[in-house]
Amino acid sequence: MYSAIVFLPLLGFLTAGLFGRVIGARGAQLVTSSFLVISALLSMIAFYKVGFGGELTRVHVLTWIDSGTFEADWRLRIDTLTAVMLVVVTSVSSLVHIYSIGYMSHDPHQPRFFAYLSLFTFAMLTLVTADNFIQLFFGWEGVGLASYLLIGFWYQKPSANAAAIKAFVVNRVGDFGLILGIATIFFTIGSVDYDTVFAAIPAMAEKSFSFLGHEVPIVTTISLLLFMGAMGKSAQFMLHTWLPDAMEGPTPVSALIHAATMVTAGVFLVARCSPIFEFSPFALTVVTFIGATTAFFAATVGLVQNDIKRVIAYSTCSQLGYMFAALGVGAYEVAIFHLFTHAFFKALLFLGSGSVIHAMGDEQDMRKMGGLYKMIPMTYVMMVIGTLALTGFPFTAGYFSKDAIIEATYAGHNAMHSYAFLMTTVAAFLTSFYSWRLIFMTFHGETRASSETISHVHESPMVMMIPLVLLSVGALLAGLIFARFFIGDLHEAFWLEAIYRGAENHIMHAMHEVPEWAATLPTLLMALGFGLAYLFYISRPDLPRELARTQEPLYLFLLNKWYFDEIYNFIFVRPAFWIGRVLWKQGDGRIIDGMGPDGISARVLDITRGVVRLQSGYLYHYAFAMLLGVAALATYFMLGGVH
Amino acid sequence: MEHVITTLPAFGPAMPEILLGIGAIVLLMFGAYGRENETRIVLIGAIILFLVAALVILGDEAGRVETFGGMFVSDAFTRFMKLLILFGSGTAMMMSHSFIKQEGMERFEFPVLMILATLGMFMMVSANGLMAVYLGLELQSLALYVIAAFNRDNARSSEAGLKYFVLGALSSGMLLYGMSLVYGFTGTVAFEPIANLLANGETPIGVVFGLVFILAGLAFKISAVPFHMWTPDVYEGAPTPVTAFFAGAPKVAAMALIIRILFTAFPTMLAEWQQIVVFVAIASMVLGAFAAIGQNNIKRLMAYSSIAHMGFAMVGLAAGTETGVRGVLIYLVIYVVMNAGVFCCILLMRRKEGMVESIDDLAGLSRNQPMIAFALAMLMFSLAGVPPLAGFFGKFYVFMAAVQAGLWPLAIIGVLSSVVGAFYYLRIVKIMYFDEPAEAFVKPVPGEINAILTVSGIFTMFFFIYPAPLLVAAQYAAAALTP
Repeated sequence: MYSAIVFLPLLGFLTAGLFGRVIGARGAQLVTSSFLVISALLSMIAFYKVGFGGELTRVHVLTWIDSGTFEADWRLRIDTLTAVMLVVVTSVSSLVHIYSIGYMSHDPHQPRFFAYLSLFTFAMLTLVTADNFIQLFFGWEGVGLASYLLIGFWYQKPSANAAAIKAFVVNRVGDFGLILGIATIFFTIGSVDYDTVFAAIPAMAEKSFSFLGHEVPIVTTISLLLFMGAMGKSAQFMLHTWLPDAMEGPTPVSALIHAATMVTAGVFLVARCSPIFEFSPFALTVVTFIGATTAFFAATVGLVQNDIKRVIAYSTCSQLGYMFAALGVGAYEVAIFHLFTHAFFKALLFLGSGSVIHAMGDEQDMRKMGGLYKMIPMTYVMMVIGTLALTGFPFTAGYFSKDAIIEATYAGHNAMHSYAFLMTTVAAFLTSFYSWRLIFMTFHGETRASSETISHVHESPMVMMIPLVLLSVGALLAGLIFARFFIGDLHEAFWLEAIYRGAENHIMHAMHEVPEWAATLPTLLMALGFGLAYLFYISRPDLPRELARTQEPLYLFLLNKWYFDEIYNFIFVRPAFWIGRVLWKQGDGRIIDGMGPDGISARVLDITRGVVRLQSGYLYHYAFAMLLGVAALATYFMLGGVH
Repeated sequence: MEHVITTLPAFGPAMPEILLGIGAIVLLMFGAYGRENETRIVLIGAIILFLVAALVILGDEAGRVETFGGMFVSDAFTRFMKLLILFGSGTAMMMSHSFIKQEGMERFEFPVLMILATLGMFMMVSANGLMAVYLGLELQSLALYVIAAFNRDNARSSEAGLKYFVLGALSSGMLLYGMSLVYGFTGTVAFEPIANLLANGETPIGVVFGLVFILAGLAFKISAVPFHMWTPDVYEGAPTPVTAFFAGAPKVAAMALIIRILFTAFPTMLAEWQQIVVFVAIASMVLGAFAAIGQNNIKRLMAYSSIAHMGFAMVGLAAGTETGVRGVLIYLVIYVVMNAGVFCCILLMRRKEGMVESIDDLAGLSRNQPMIAFALAMLMFSLAGVPPLAGFFGKFYVFMAAVQAGLWPLAIIGVLSSVVGAFYYLRIVKIMYFDEPAEAFVKPVPGEINAILTVSGIFTMFFFIYPAPLLVAAQYAAAALTP
């Protein structure tokens, strides 16, 4: 069963990828979607068996690498953490597959698109089922590849290609850290197998190893390097720049990869490695800091964006920051719970915005929308549900998971927990504001679209609406149903051994005992955000412009995303191009070619010209040369020669 | 009576020379007193004569024999060289068959002169004394001067003959001067006695001078730098089959003579002549490689190519060992065979208006005559020394000999200059295969030329499969020199 969950998407990818021309667009849709649906149903069974039946399994697939002391088998590790991820990945992926049948119906390259989607799903599943770091890395790079291919799916668009390359390159920075982390694990422990490594870590807690003459603590080094990989994949502060640009890809891709699954791989990695992180308080503090900063930073940028998908992208970035903040204070279950609920409502928001874009004829700028709720009421309802869940409206999914994170940061113990509490609370307010801003700008007020566009606005087909409905059910009920198991009183029976917790870590209890004001504050701020958005975009639509004019520096600072792209461009990209150009023109062109092939051949031709000129055609020149030769040899011997 | 009988020399060892001499006179008479236009018969007669001579040489299984008062020697070395000369002369004769008709130089003296030149070469190879050397050399040279200018209505041909004659006379003068110096200091002209005299005591500087002059005179014949200046002009001006002839047999004869003199008359002066040979070899290889790049006329290009190849051959000689001599012999055989093939291709470069000689005219040969283009490409790769073609093995054996003798720098310079040289050989391949096609050449290809090209091509390509016979024969020949 577990093998089927993982390998059915691979089968779908191979079928659609290799025989796409034979089976056509319809065939590719049916094959990949039906395989994914089967996989999703099996995942739910697995989730039930593991989460509620307590059944833990290892499935040995094949012996992969066995070289000296380096061993890496291909095994599926099924515990609660994996089961949760399986459900998230396969259910969102299958819904996105179905949704894409409608959304991509006019695209000439559908088999390729569905093949990539399935490839991504397979890679993501190998990542979450990995039983050692090498298998994890395989999946990790596989999702990176699929992400690259899907962002650049419309390869005729230069901006899509640029975004794909940017995503790949920024991810390389993180991956570099991950590789070093895995290498450090193998170097210090001599194995990459999860169980062996996790068992060996407690003994390493106080040890250090020598690197370039410095003594560095082992566990903190490993943790920080692994976290660097997580930062890249999960678009955390400083490595986040690729995620907004990745919205150049088709919207279903944004929903699947850049909201629900791939970007959460970093969260999964840290949760999976909880037995390592628990032994490095310093690393956890760093995780808290980065997560909280990202939550705040991305929310501020989201306030002023005008592209509907970019708003949601920054929102994703911000929510990932929440998850890391929870991880940082040791509340791994809470982070995974938020990952779980977030997958539903964020996929819902993305697919809903895709439905809006589809209706508007590929228009993404919210300034050219407005007043759409009458024309596409179904989509409107879905989007509102997603927004309620995201902002944490009572008893929706976000209410349980996000507020739990804020409480956990309040109850945390590390040096950054107050900072994290402050940042996440403020971000909750900002989240509410920008989310409702999106709804108001898109669906309410006077329409700002051209009459021609408006005349074409239509509700999306059923094949797109059904996934939306299913996701909205998840967004509404996931928190209500599962909160008890994930973070409530039943969490220990649910998680079993999947998450490790240090002896001093009592966060799961402490977070339920926070003061009343801290627990209700997020809800209050959420309401405040809604009110402010209503004021700005419904009652007084002239206020935002007025504010942007009076606070222009701040507005521009936010609009330009804190100038991260400009700074990176200045610090990394342009020097890299400059070095490249110097090495190319000067190093390769002038020195290597000039001294090497070009130079030598030019000198050869020079010599040739000289030699040919000797051949004058005059007899006396020839005779002179002969006599000169003889004279030279005779003189040489007369002077003694060389003996 | 007994005294008279013993002074009458044994003619047996000189049988091939006698055969050629009588044959030349008979064919001359036939041509002079026969009916009009007997050139064709004379030419075929000459080829038959060569074949018979080859059979005689092959049938001679005696060891080392001296005759004519020790002036003439016959051994495995001379037989090897004479067969190679016959191959070179014979192929050149066959190549000229259709050429002389087309170019209006169909005169019976032409084959006869080639026979006489070949006879001169035989004498050179078998010479065992300075007088015999000079006799053979002059017989060869006088015949060659005439056939260089054989197309006497053509100014370039006449100029070539004249230049060759004047410079040849100069080199003969040097040679004679050297011989007289050697004779003056040793009192003998026979090789072994010279060696025996020099073995006792210090070598007089006069003999060193004599050696320098003798080598200069002989280096002229193999067109080694700096005595090469005549080569490009004469190769270009002379009729193409004559050029093919010049590039093959006379080089073999002169090289044989150099080896013979150095190894039997001056073995004790190895230190001196090695320096000369090294200098000449390096100069030839380098100049041949560089100068050929600047050529656009394929015959001039082949002139520089032959200069470079003689340089490579001398690398083996510079080693001064039996292995080195063996390397030289192998090199010469491969060189002569490849050369015959290349000149066959040059002879095919004929358009309706006449012969063309620019390498750009080869453009598009791969499409017009793919088989010939392929054969020429293989020959060019082989000349450049690309494995596994025959040319690679030629270079391999001489460089190995040089390395074994400790002449590392020489071998390295040789390899580097062969890299430079590869440029112009490969350029021809590039022109044939990749350039805009030029006008096609006149067809059909004469049968004898096709035959030579086929033999040459097959030898070049498949030498590496069964090289043993040549290696063994060269081994015997080289061993005969150093008893």
